[in-house]
Amino acid sequence: MTERHAKAMKIHLTRRYPFSASHRLHSPHLSEEENQLAYGKCNNPFGHGHNYVVEVAVSGPVDPATGMIANLADLDAFVAAQVLDPFDRTYLNEEVAEFRETVPTTENVCIEIFRRLRAFPHAKLERVLVEETALNKFEYTGESQGSRS
Amino acid sequence: MALPARQSPKLRIRGQPPRIESAMVYITRKIEFSASHLYNNPALSPEENRRVFGKCNNPHGHGHNYVLEVTVAGDPDPRTGMVLDLKELKRVLQDEIMERMDHRFLNYEVPELAGKIPTCENIAATIWNLLEPKIARGHLHRVRLYETPDLFVDCYGEKNGSAR
Repeated sequence: MTERHAKAMKIHLTRRYPFSASHRLHSPHLSEEENQLAYGKCNNPFGHGHNYVVEVAVSGPVDPATGMIANLADLDAFVAAQVLDPFDRTYLNEEVAEFRETVPTTENVCIEIFRRLRAFPHAKLERVLVEETALNKFEYTGESQGSRS
Repeated sequence: MALPARQSPKLRIRGQPPRIESAMVYITRKIEFSASHLYNNPALSPEENRRVFGKCNNPHGHGHNYVLEVTVAGDPDPRTGMVLDLKELKRVLQDEIMERMDHRFLNYEVPELAGKIPTCENIAATIWNLLEPKIARGHLHRVRLYETPDLFVDCYGEKNGSAR
Protein backbone atom coordinates (compact mmCIF):
# COMPACT_ATOMS: atom_id res chain seq x y z
CA MET A 1 0.00 0.00 0.00
CA THR A 2 1.36 3.40 -0.93
CA GLU A 3 0.85 5.31 2.26
CA ARG A 4 0.05 8.96 1.67
CA HIS A 5 0.03 11.38 4.53
CA ALA A 6 -3.04 13.48 5.10
CA LYS A 7 -0.81 16.53 4.81
CA ALA A 8 -0.20 15.82 1.10
CA MET A 9 -3.82 15.06 0.26
CA LYS A 10 -6.62 17.24 -1.02
CA ILE A 11 -9.02 17.34 1.91
CA HIS A 12 -12.01 19.61 2.53
CA LEU A 13 -13.61 20.00 5.93
CA THR A 14 -17.29 20.94 5.88
CA ARG A 15 -19.45 22.12 8.73
CA ARG A 16 -23.21 22.86 8.66
CA TYR A 17 -24.79 25.71 10.62
CA PRO A 18 -28.51 26.53 10.89
CA PHE A 19 -29.98 30.01 11.19
CA SER A 20 -33.51 31.35 10.89
CA ALA A 21 -34.42 34.66 9.29
CA SER A 22 -37.07 36.42 7.26
CA HIS A 23 -36.75 38.27 3.98
CA ARG A 24 -38.77 39.91 1.25
CA LEU A 25 -37.83 39.72 -2.40
CA HIS A 26 -38.45 43.16 -3.84
CA SER A 27 -36.24 45.08 -6.24
CA PRO A 28 -36.26 48.89 -6.34
CA HIS A 29 -35.32 48.60 -10.02
CA LEU A 30 -38.63 46.95 -10.91
CA SER A 31 -42.18 48.27 -10.86
CA GLU A 32 -44.77 46.89 -8.43
CA GLU A 33 -46.18 44.69 -11.19
CA GLU A 34 -42.76 43.48 -12.30
CA ASN A 35 -41.82 42.68 -8.69
CA GLN A 36 -45.01 40.70 -8.30
CA LEU A 37 -44.32 38.90 -11.56
CA ALA A 38 -40.67 38.15 -10.73
CA TYR A 39 -41.03 37.15 -7.09
CA GLY A 40 -44.66 36.02 -6.66
CA LYS A 41 -45.41 35.01 -3.06
CA CYS A 42 -41.91 36.05 -2.01
CA ASN A 43 -42.86 39.67 -2.77
CA ASN A 44 -45.39 39.74 0.12
CA PRO A 45 -44.75 43.18 1.74
CA PHE A 46 -44.65 41.68 5.22
CA GLY A 47 -41.86 39.23 4.32
CA HIS A 48 -41.64 35.57 5.26
CA GLY A 49 -39.04 33.33 6.90
CA HIS A 50 -36.92 30.22 6.42
CA ASN A 51 -34.80 27.84 8.43
CA TYR A 52 -31.60 28.27 6.49
CA VAL A 53 -28.63 25.90 6.70
CA VAL A 54 -25.17 27.13 5.70
CA GLU A 55 -22.48 24.63 4.71
CA VAL A 56 -18.97 26.02 4.99
CA ALA A 57 -16.12 24.05 3.35
CA VAL A 58 -12.48 24.88 4.04
CA SER A 59 -9.25 23.29 2.89
CA GLY A 60 -5.60 23.32 3.82
CA PRO A 61 -2.82 21.03 4.99
CA VAL A 62 -3.67 18.76 7.92
CA ASP A 63 -1.51 19.88 10.85
CA PRO A 64 0.30 16.73 12.08
CA ALA A 65 0.25 18.06 15.66
CA THR A 66 -3.54 18.29 15.78
CA GLY A 67 -4.71 16.10 12.88
CA MET A 68 -6.83 19.05 11.78
CA ILE A 69 -7.19 21.41 8.82
CA ALA A 70 -8.64 23.96 11.21
CA ASN A 71 -9.78 23.82 14.79
CA LEU A 72 -13.57 23.64 14.78
CA ALA A 73 -13.74 25.95 17.77
CA ASP A 74 -12.02 28.64 15.63
CA LEU A 75 -14.27 27.99 12.62
CA ASP A 76 -17.43 27.98 14.76
CA ALA A 77 -16.45 31.23 16.46
CA PHE A 78 -15.64 32.93 13.14
CA VAL A 79 -18.87 31.80 11.44
CA ALA A 80 -20.87 32.84 14.51
CA ALA A 81 -19.29 36.31 14.61
CA GLN A 82 -19.45 36.97 10.85
CA VAL A 83 -22.73 35.32 9.89
CA LEU A 84 -24.85 33.59 12.52
CA ASP A 85 -24.96 36.36 15.12
CA PRO A 86 -25.78 39.09 12.56
CA PHE A 87 -28.24 36.94 10.52
CA ASP A 88 -30.07 34.65 12.98
CA ARG A 89 -33.56 35.75 13.98
CA THR A 90 -33.45 38.90 11.85
CA TYR A 91 -35.34 40.46 8.97
CA LEU A 92 -32.48 40.36 6.47
CA ASN A 93 -33.74 43.29 4.34
CA GLU A 94 -33.62 45.72 7.26
CA GLU A 95 -31.09 44.34 9.70
CA VAL A 96 -28.17 43.31 7.49
CA ALA A 97 -26.73 46.44 5.90
CA GLU A 98 -25.82 44.78 2.55
CA PHE A 99 -29.43 43.76 1.96
CA ARG A 100 -30.71 47.31 2.13
CA GLU A 101 -29.03 47.63 -1.27
CA THR A 102 -29.19 44.07 -2.60
CA VAL A 103 -32.26 41.83 -2.84
CA PRO A 104 -31.76 39.04 -0.26
CA THR A 105 -32.40 36.17 -2.63
CA THR A 106 -30.60 33.10 -1.40
CA GLU A 107 -28.13 33.54 -4.30
CA ASN A 108 -27.17 36.91 -2.84
CA VAL A 109 -27.23 35.59 0.74
CA CYS A 110 -24.82 32.84 -0.37
CA ILE A 111 -22.43 35.33 -2.04
CA GLU A 112 -22.56 37.65 0.97
CA ILE A 113 -21.78 34.79 3.37
CA PHE A 114 -18.84 33.77 1.16
CA ARG A 115 -17.59 37.37 1.18
CA ARG A 116 -17.81 37.51 4.98
CA LEU A 117 -16.05 34.17 5.53
CA ARG A 118 -13.27 34.58 2.97
CA ALA A 119 -11.04 36.19 5.61
CA PHE A 120 -11.04 33.07 7.84
CA PRO A 121 -7.40 33.11 8.96
CA HIS A 122 -6.80 29.39 9.60
CA ALA A 123 -7.76 27.70 6.31
CA LYS A 124 -8.81 28.47 2.74
CA LEU A 125 -12.53 28.97 2.13
CA GLU A 126 -13.54 26.58 -0.67
CA ARG A 127 -17.31 26.73 -0.85
CA VAL A 128 -20.43 28.14 0.76
CA LEU A 129 -23.70 26.30 0.25
CA VAL A 130 -26.97 27.72 1.58
CA GLU A 131 -30.11 25.61 1.91
CA GLU A 132 -33.14 27.89 1.91
CA THR A 133 -35.41 24.92 2.50
CA ALA A 134 -34.64 21.21 2.34
CA LEU A 135 -35.57 21.42 -1.37
CA ASN A 136 -33.56 24.47 -2.54
CA LYS A 137 -29.85 24.93 -2.26
CA PHE A 138 -27.38 27.47 -3.62
CA GLU A 139 -23.61 27.15 -3.83
CA TYR A 140 -20.82 29.66 -4.36
CA THR A 141 -17.12 28.93 -4.69
CA GLY A 142 -15.89 32.47 -5.29
CA GLU A 143 -15.75 32.11 -9.07
CA SER A 144 -17.12 34.68 -11.44
CA GLN A 145 -18.20 33.78 -14.94
CA GLY A 146 -15.20 33.48 -17.17
CA SER A 147 -12.78 33.16 -14.26
CA ARG A 148 -12.97 29.39 -13.91
CA SER A 149 -9.65 28.04 -12.87
CA MET B 1 -30.07 46.19 -39.00
CA ALA B 2 -33.16 44.04 -39.17
CA LEU B 3 -32.79 40.60 -37.77
CA PRO B 4 -34.01 37.75 -39.92
CA ALA B 5 -37.37 36.40 -38.86
CA ARG B 6 -36.91 33.50 -36.50
CA GLN B 7 -37.63 30.25 -38.21
CA SER B 8 -39.55 27.59 -36.44
CA PRO B 9 -37.20 24.77 -35.62
CA LYS B 10 -37.89 21.55 -37.45
CA LEU B 11 -37.68 18.45 -35.37
CA ARG B 12 -35.77 15.78 -37.17
CA ILE B 13 -35.67 12.42 -35.54
CA ARG B 14 -33.40 9.98 -37.29
CA GLY B 15 -33.63 6.78 -35.36
CA GLN B 16 -31.79 6.28 -32.08
CA PRO B 17 -29.38 8.89 -30.74
CA PRO B 18 -25.75 7.85 -31.19
CA ARG B 19 -24.39 5.66 -28.40
CA ILE B 20 -22.12 7.61 -26.11
CA GLU B 21 -18.76 5.95 -26.54
CA SER B 22 -17.26 7.01 -23.26
CA ALA B 23 -18.82 8.66 -20.23
CA MET B 24 -17.43 9.32 -16.77
CA VAL B 25 -20.01 8.18 -14.24
CA TYR B 26 -19.69 8.55 -10.46
CA ILE B 27 -21.23 5.93 -8.24
CA THR B 28 -21.46 6.23 -4.48
CA ARG B 29 -21.99 3.61 -1.85
CA LYS B 30 -22.73 4.46 1.77
CA ILE B 31 -21.93 2.53 4.93
CA GLU B 32 -22.26 3.36 8.60
CA PHE B 33 -19.93 2.36 11.40
CA SER B 34 -19.78 3.23 15.07
CA ALA B 35 -16.51 3.80 16.84
CA SER B 36 -14.92 5.71 19.68
CA HIS B 37 -11.87 7.94 19.74
CA LEU B 38 -10.08 10.62 21.70
CA TYR B 39 -7.74 13.43 20.73
CA ASN B 40 -4.45 13.68 22.60
CA ASN B 41 -0.99 14.67 21.38
CA PRO B 42 1.67 13.28 23.73
CA ALA B 43 4.04 16.06 22.62
CA LEU B 44 1.75 18.62 24.27
CA SER B 45 1.19 19.19 27.99
CA PRO B 46 -2.13 18.08 29.54
CA GLU B 47 -3.18 21.74 29.70
CA GLU B 48 -2.33 22.34 26.04
CA ASN B 49 -4.17 19.17 25.04
CA ARG B 50 -7.27 20.35 26.87
CA ARG B 51 -7.00 23.80 25.32
CA VAL B 52 -6.52 22.53 21.74
CA PHE B 53 -8.88 19.56 21.79
CA GLY B 54 -11.46 20.62 24.38
CA LYS B 55 -14.04 17.96 25.22
CA CYS B 56 -12.47 15.59 22.66
CA ASN B 57 -9.48 15.25 25.01
CA ASN B 58 -11.56 13.27 27.57
CA PRO B 59 -9.21 10.34 28.36
CA HIS B 60 -12.06 7.84 28.36
CA GLY B 61 -12.87 8.70 24.74
CA HIS B 62 -16.28 9.20 23.17
CA GLY B 63 -18.04 7.80 20.12
CA HIS B 64 -19.80 8.63 16.87
CA ASN B 65 -21.96 6.95 14.28
CA TYR B 66 -19.78 7.62 11.29
CA VAL B 67 -21.32 7.65 7.83
CA LEU B 68 -18.94 6.91 4.98
CA GLU B 69 -19.76 7.69 1.35
CA VAL B 70 -17.33 6.20 -1.15
CA THR B 71 -17.49 7.50 -4.73
CA VAL B 72 -15.92 5.57 -7.59
CA ALA B 73 -15.64 7.14 -11.04
CA GLY B 74 -15.40 5.30 -14.29
CA ASP B 75 -16.69 4.44 -17.72
CA PRO B 76 -19.48 1.84 -17.61
CA ASP B 77 -18.34 -1.48 -19.01
CA PRO B 78 -20.22 -1.85 -22.33
CA ARG B 79 -20.95 -5.53 -21.61
CA THR B 80 -22.42 -5.07 -18.12
CA GLY B 81 -23.38 -1.38 -18.08
CA MET B 82 -21.59 -1.11 -14.73
CA VAL B 83 -18.75 1.11 -13.57
CA LEU B 84 -17.89 -1.64 -11.13
CA ASP B 85 -19.76 -4.46 -9.50
CA LEU B 86 -21.43 -2.98 -6.41
CA LYS B 87 -21.30 -6.40 -4.73
CA GLU B 88 -17.54 -6.22 -5.04
CA LEU B 89 -17.44 -2.67 -3.60
CA LYS B 90 -19.69 -3.80 -0.76
CA ARG B 91 -17.27 -6.63 0.00
CA VAL B 92 -14.24 -4.29 -0.06
CA LEU B 93 -15.99 -1.88 2.31
CA GLN B 94 -16.90 -4.76 4.62
CA ASP B 95 -13.37 -6.21 4.66
CA GLU B 96 -11.36 -3.00 4.74
CA ILE B 97 -13.52 -0.65 6.79
CA MET B 98 -16.25 -2.45 8.74
CA GLU B 99 -13.97 -5.24 9.98
CA ARG B 100 -11.30 -2.73 10.96
CA MET B 101 -13.28 0.16 12.41
CA ASP B 102 -16.82 -0.81 13.35
CA HIS B 103 -17.31 -0.95 17.13
CA ARG B 104 -13.64 -0.22 17.75
CA PHE B 105 -11.70 2.31 19.77
CA LEU B 106 -9.90 3.92 16.84
CA ASN B 107 -6.85 5.12 18.79
CA TYR B 108 -5.97 1.66 20.11
CA GLU B 109 -7.48 -0.89 17.77
CA VAL B 110 -6.77 0.39 14.25
CA PRO B 111 -3.05 -0.02 13.45
CA GLU B 112 -3.26 2.36 10.45
CA LEU B 113 -4.22 5.16 12.85
CA ALA B 114 -1.54 4.39 15.44
CA GLY B 115 0.43 7.50 16.30
CA LYS B 116 -2.09 9.74 14.50
CA ILE B 117 -4.82 11.81 16.03
CA PRO B 118 -8.02 10.16 14.75
CA THR B 119 -9.71 13.32 13.53
CA CYS B 120 -12.21 13.13 10.71
CA GLU B 121 -9.43 14.40 8.38
CA ASN B 122 -6.99 11.64 9.35
CA ILE B 123 -9.62 8.88 9.33
CA ALA B 124 -10.79 9.93 5.86
CA ALA B 125 -7.18 9.97 4.58
CA THR B 126 -6.57 6.52 6.12
CA ILE B 127 -9.75 5.19 4.50
CA TRP B 128 -8.57 6.61 1.16
CA ASN B 129 -5.24 4.79 1.53
CA LEU B 130 -6.99 1.52 2.43
CA LEU B 131 -9.54 1.63 -0.40
CA GLU B 132 -7.63 3.13 -3.30
CA PRO B 133 -5.58 0.01 -4.17
CA LYS B 134 -8.64 -2.24 -3.79
CA ILE B 135 -10.84 -0.61 -6.43
CA ALA B 136 -10.60 -3.09 -9.28
CA ARG B 137 -12.48 -1.08 -11.94
CA GLY B 138 -12.79 2.67 -12.34
CA HIS B 139 -10.94 4.74 -9.76
CA LEU B 140 -11.61 6.09 -6.31
CA HIS B 141 -12.83 9.68 -6.71
CA ARG B 142 -13.88 10.79 -3.25
CA VAL B 143 -14.15 9.57 0.31
CA ARG B 144 -16.69 11.55 2.33
CA LEU B 145 -16.79 10.81 6.04
CA TYR B 146 -19.51 12.26 8.27
CA GLU B 147 -18.61 12.37 11.95
CA THR B 148 -22.01 13.88 12.72
CA PRO B 149 -24.71 15.06 10.28
CA ASP B 150 -23.24 18.58 10.62
CA LEU B 151 -19.55 17.77 10.18
CA PHE B 152 -17.90 15.95 7.32
CA VAL B 153 -14.61 15.69 5.47
CA ASP B 154 -14.05 15.06 1.75
CA CYS B 155 -10.78 13.41 0.73
CA TYR B 156 -9.78 13.39 -2.96
CA GLY B 157 -6.41 11.68 -2.58
CA GLU B 158 -3.08 13.15 -3.48
CA LYS B 159 -3.15 16.91 -3.80
CA ASN B 160 -1.00 16.99 -6.92
CA GLY B 161 -2.10 13.64 -8.26
CA SER B 162 -2.70 13.24 -11.98
CA ALA B 163 -5.82 15.06 -13.13
CA ARG B 164 -8.65 12.59 -13.48
